[in-house]
Amino acid sequence: MLLKRTLGAVAAVGLLAFAGTALAQDKIKIGVSYPTPTHAWAAGMNWHAEQAEKRLEALYPDVDLILVNSSDPEAQASALEDLVSVHQIDALVVLPFESEPLTDPVLNVKKSGAWITVVDRGLSQPGIEDLYVAGNNPELGRVSAQYMKGRLKDGDNIVVLRGIPTVIDNERFDAFMAEIEGSGINVLDHKHANWNRDDGFEVMQDFLSRFPDIDAVWAQDDDIAIGVVAALKQAGRDGDGMFVVGGAGMKEIIKGIMDGETLIPVDVLYPPAMIATAMDQTVAAFKSNGPVAGRYILGATLITPENAESYYFPDSPF
Amino acid sequence: MTMMTASDDTATKQAKRPSVDFKTIGPALALLILCVIGFMLNPAFVSEGNLTNLLTRSAFIGIIAVGATFVITAGGIDLSVGSMAAAIAGVMIIIMNGAVETMGTGLATVLLGCGCALVLGIGAGWINGALTTKGKIEAFIVTLGTMGIYRSLVTYFADGGTLSLNFDIRGTYRPVYYDSFLGLPYPVWVFICVAICGWLLLNRTAFGRYCTAIGSNEAVAKYSAINVDRVKTLTYVIQGLCVAFATIIYVPRLGSASASTGVLWELEAIAAVIIGGTVLKGGYGRIGGTILGALILTTIGNILNFTDLISNYLNGTMQGLIIIVAVFLQRSDWKLGKSK
Repeated sequence: MLLKRTLGAVAAVGLLAFAGTALAQDKIKIGVSYPTPTHAWAAGMNWHAEQAEKRLEALYPDVDLILVNSSDPEAQASALEDLVSVHQIDALVVLPFESEPLTDPVLNVKKSGAWITVVDRGLSQPGIEDLYVAGNNPELGRVSAQYMKGRLKDGDNIVVLRGIPTVIDNERFDAFMAEIEGSGINVLDHKHANWNRDDGFEVMQDFLSRFPDIDAVWAQDDDIAIGVVAALKQAGRDGDGMFVVGGAGMKEIIKGIMDGETLIPVDVLYPPAMIATAMDQTVAAFKSNGPVAGRYILGATLITPENAESYYFPDSPF
Repeated sequence: MTMMTASDDTATKQAKRPSVDFKTIGPALALLILCVIGFMLNPAFVSEGNLTNLLTRSAFIGIIAVGATFVITAGGIDLSVGSMAAAIAGVMIIIMNGAVETMGTGLATVLLGCGCALVLGIGAGWINGALTTKGKIEAFIVTLGTMGIYRSLVTYFADGGTLSLNFDIRGTYRPVYYDSFLGLPYPVWVFICVAICGWLLLNRTAFGRYCTAIGSNEAVAKYSAINVDRVKTLTYVIQGLCVAFATIIYVPRLGSASASTGVLWELEAIAAVIIGGTVLKGGYGRIGGTILGALILTTIGNILNFTDLISNYLNGTMQGLIIIVAVFLQRSDWKLGKSK
């Protein structure tokens, strides 16, 4: 890590020296900017970005990817300025910290003539980005509900644990409820567990005390699901065909699915690896003869024992 | 009735009933009312399972809040406890996972982890204390700084992700959270022991009186030949020790630590202390009240999970209101029968 930073710094100094010369101009430079990882999903994203950097630079010697992470929106705005002024990037892949404060900085990068790829979190103004790559939150809710409908029958009871109250959480939840409606499955209650193991554990404990008959749990997120499973085991209510559906694609959960775990039998993908998809497509914008601009919305794949292996990255922190 | 007679009336009432003191019974009354509301919303609230869950859950914040009572009574504040708990949990997990090779997955490894947690807690507390007293920096700033340091350390150790305890050690360690002795889970016993020790230390020793004296007036305490720096540093060490105890019973619950471990525990601990009747600016502390404060905070969350009457988005509002009302009950100097 340190070595890489040092090399990066040396490279940056070198580039400064050559700035404006033909050598620096020949390489296709792509800046990749995203928030500093402070939770597991983001750490997974960081890992996948580093993997994609190695792979793409080995594949195309004339492509230079520059990864930068920032700890807050202001720092990210400055990082974008530096990418333009110091590195003179030809393209930018950006996962904005927040939509509002980063819309203008990204627009400024656009004005420098660079290609813009926005990942996961949209900007607050349409039409800035050339390419938008994102997971599909409503689809995550819908796919989870479809699985529930396939496993449960009329009159069965489920409880729902939600994330942090945000647009993402609402999109997932509303789509889930719309799909469940009319199936005869009762949603006993839904509470926020903030995408957090501890909250998942405590909310599930209370659901278990409150409702004597629960047939399944939609935890929406793998961290919450881990807390839910601990609460189920503590109460001894992890048998009788009880199952939990999480979401995201955490490696421990995927491993469990591969091993035929029955308590968390499936997972619904909302992959941190989407940053790699965005980097691939951005390089393709320079290298491919096919058009790339547009919207690239990933599917919310249902991960089952059959396909789990292709979503398992044991070396990733997530 | 004129103003004159009204105030006379109050004066006589005050003289007649010195025993009704809302500072003491306020928190207990608030907890009782909360429990009645909980029972009315859903009789399952008083089921044995739920009460056990409640007590066990209160143990984390409760134990930390006992330490915070000393710090606050002596006029300090410690904002770093939540991050400290996360960092200690992280280091504990790394040490125990690392010791598997040489020491196996038995009791010895778990004891090694717990020992390290205690050393780290005492050390971290001492750093906060020494920077405050010897470094002459305000406690708020020192602990704001260490809060950021400990939080980012655990993020760094976990490489941004989650540190997970070796599966076999988890099997050995798990009973510390999930098993019971005489019907009460072990975390509740730890909570009770810490509370009793804390009460004795604050109310029955010279050290406790020094804390109160320093909190009321540091200069006078200094002229009274109290070693102010030493006592203040010790309060932070006690706080660190309490955080270590809380972490030791926290880790076996889910066997993991991440950057989201213990977020906002510092504010919950401070809230528990103040709800319990300790004065935020120092000089007066009550361990018994702190215990009740911790129970009140956990009960609010529990009750909100037991009902769908209140929108999920208003959980924070309910918590805020109840905290303010609970403190109002014991702060305002009204006595029974004063109104009218």
